[in-house]
Amino acid sequence: MAEVILRGVTKAFGNHVALDNVSMTIPDGSFVVLLGPTGAGKTTTLRMVSGLDQPDSGDILIGGQPMRSLTPAQRNVAMVFQQYSLYPHLTVRQNLEFPLKSPLLNTPQIEIERKVKAIAEILQISHKLDNKATALSGGEMQRVSIGRALVRNPQVYLMDEPLSSLDAKLRSDLRIELKSIQANSGATLLYVTHDQIEAMTMATHVGVLQNGKLIQFGSPRDLYEKPVSTYAATRLGQPRINLLPADVFPGGPPLAVTIGLRPEHITQGQGEDSLVTRVEHLGDQTRLHLSFRNHELVTVTEPHSLLRHGDIVKIQPDKPLYFDADGMRIS
Amino acid sequence: MAQIRIENVRKEFGSFTAVQSSSFTVEDGEFFMLLGPSGCGKTTTLRMMAGLELPTSGEIYIDGEEVGMKRASQRDIAFVFQMFALYPHMNVRRNISYPLLSQGVPRAEVRQRVAEVANILKIEDILERPVGGLSGGDRQRVALGRAIVRRPKAFFMDEPLGALDAEFREHMAEELRALHDRMGATTVYVTHDQLEAMQMGDKIVVMNHGVVEQFGRPQEIYDWPATKFVAKFIGSPAMNFLEFDGMIGNGADSIDLSGQTVQVPVTRQGAKGRLTLGVRPEHIHFSDASEFRGRVIATEYLGTTQIVTMSTANGVLKARISSHKAVIPGDLIGLEFDARTLTIFTEERGLALLSQANEGVLRHG
Repeated sequence: MAEVILRGVTKAFGNHVALDNVSMTIPDGSFVVLLGPTGAGKTTTLRMVSGLDQPDSGDILIGGQPMRSLTPAQRNVAMVFQQYSLYPHLTVRQNLEFPLKSPLLNTPQIEIERKVKAIAEILQISHKLDNKATALSGGEMQRVSIGRALVRNPQVYLMDEPLSSLDAKLRSDLRIELKSIQANSGATLLYVTHDQIEAMTMATHVGVLQNGKLIQFGSPRDLYEKPVSTYAATRLGQPRINLLPADVFPGGPPLAVTIGLRPEHITQGQGEDSLVTRVEHLGDQTRLHLSFRNHELVTVTEPHSLLRHGDIVKIQPDKPLYFDADGMRIS
Repeated sequence: MAQIRIENVRKEFGSFTAVQSSSFTVEDGEFFMLLGPSGCGKTTTLRMMAGLELPTSGEIYIDGEEVGMKRASQRDIAFVFQMFALYPHMNVRRNISYPLLSQGVPRAEVRQRVAEVANILKIEDILERPVGGLSGGDRQRVALGRAIVRRPKAFFMDEPLGALDAEFREHMAEELRALHDRMGATTVYVTHDQLEAMQMGDKIVVMNHGVVEQFGRPQEIYDWPATKFVAKFIGSPAMNFLEFDGMIGNGADSIDLSGQTVQVPVTRQGAKGRLTLGVRPEHIHFSDASEFRGRVIATEYLGTTQIVTMSTANGVLKARISSHKAVIPGDLIGLEFDARTLTIFTEERGLALLSQANEGVLRHG
């Protein structure tokens, strides 16, 4: 597999700047997830790497080779789109075999069969191998299109929200499978999603995009514990981080305008009074909605908490994050 | 408002039985969830309660009055659908007023009631706007307004948030629940999303294949599932199932799991054969002292916690532990379970074996 480098990549569509001077290094064998809301530039980045779009300026290198002017086919990348695209006249098996039967590869038939069988098992579609591609459900078609990428051995896999059309159970199974396929094969994978669970659980590195700019690039733990800004802080964490004026609690550094408290980073039983406005027993934990000096915040407590609406709970910050007037983290 | 009681209600469509003899009670003022996978009969149940379908047999009582054969229009309930249908050629005020005007309510009263509803929903500033240009959230609020303005005995909602994206859905769920807390109206809500059900519901009915699997408070159902289906459906990751062959006598307080003695709540029933030990991911602890071991397959970072997937002699297991503990795929780890939280399931219909811990919850329902 190969390292992918983006150097100062900019792309505009008319007046709209989709990507603004994005530089990043996707190390060989890493699983990089691009995270951001709709319109942040995730898919555009993927299309630049694949060669489906050309940057206005900047360079893309795959395995040290500049990609400018190379077609998608010449780049040797495998892409999985959100919208599955299968050959409708072929069976599932034929769809999966197709990339391996390329005259360029000359793969032996026995090797083709072995690979198709292994991938079909991982993706839980073995029993449908001889069905027509059109006789599958949406989720099954999507698994076949993921499989068609995985049977190949490209320089880099590019995936655009490949799990978003699947149901919750299958999504959580495939998260683990994709991650272990990637880890075991040493493949380089660039993956786009707006699902923070996918980003946290699969990525070796997460890139956070905001209005076409790459604002943070690091491990999920870095991003969770040391977000560069309030925007980055709200990308990960469910329920999301509480953002309050810094002066509601004493002890903030000078210039701090906003304090960020993850729900699990609020100590109960010490500090100052807050009012419980709602209690949600979620089974493994209880979510508390609190009103504190006219601000709403959410924290978590043990599953069998006896707290009720209208109770008073003392709270104090634990591991607070502080942000300045521009929303950038200062400590 | 209203108490709604369902007794032995059954619904057949030709040879297909959509709902098999269901019984449960929605108390006055409750936020009540009908939860289950698609095709489980939850929507059919709601439609029978609303009068949009007639039950094949059984009775439905609203405030003690049997309404099973009454038309929807005579039951005085308001229905909010997944696809909120608004009149596109009318503005917000006209949309909300419509149910009242069509009932011949005097203009002055209509004005006053619309103002009241707009205040509850915080949509006063968009009353004169056409519905065409509204955001999804505002459209949903208008649809709710049209239901609330009639002051019905109860609200029925069929996946009202199903079409919204995850972030907005969470926000609307909170808003709906807060609205309920202010108005206190009996609400029956259909969903397939277990987290939504746990988060919003005072009580939950879990259905599968037309059968009511369990009925109770969210935390009780989570802690003490009546069946394997419920155990698997509620909670994320789901409850772990460790399969074992064994024989358990009435009054036993431990089982043998691949040679390791595991403490369990004192049983109130006996069972033998293929059995299943159910353990929630957060009730698994790492312990070098334990002979029961798991080989780590994968770890998933989730911020403060991580999910560790392991293979054991009795099946695959997911544990939720602190993310500060370093775990690497391939590690062999000794496992202990929190004895007070375990459930044993029998092979037959996957029913939970009664124990000292769960009998309080399972006997009442």
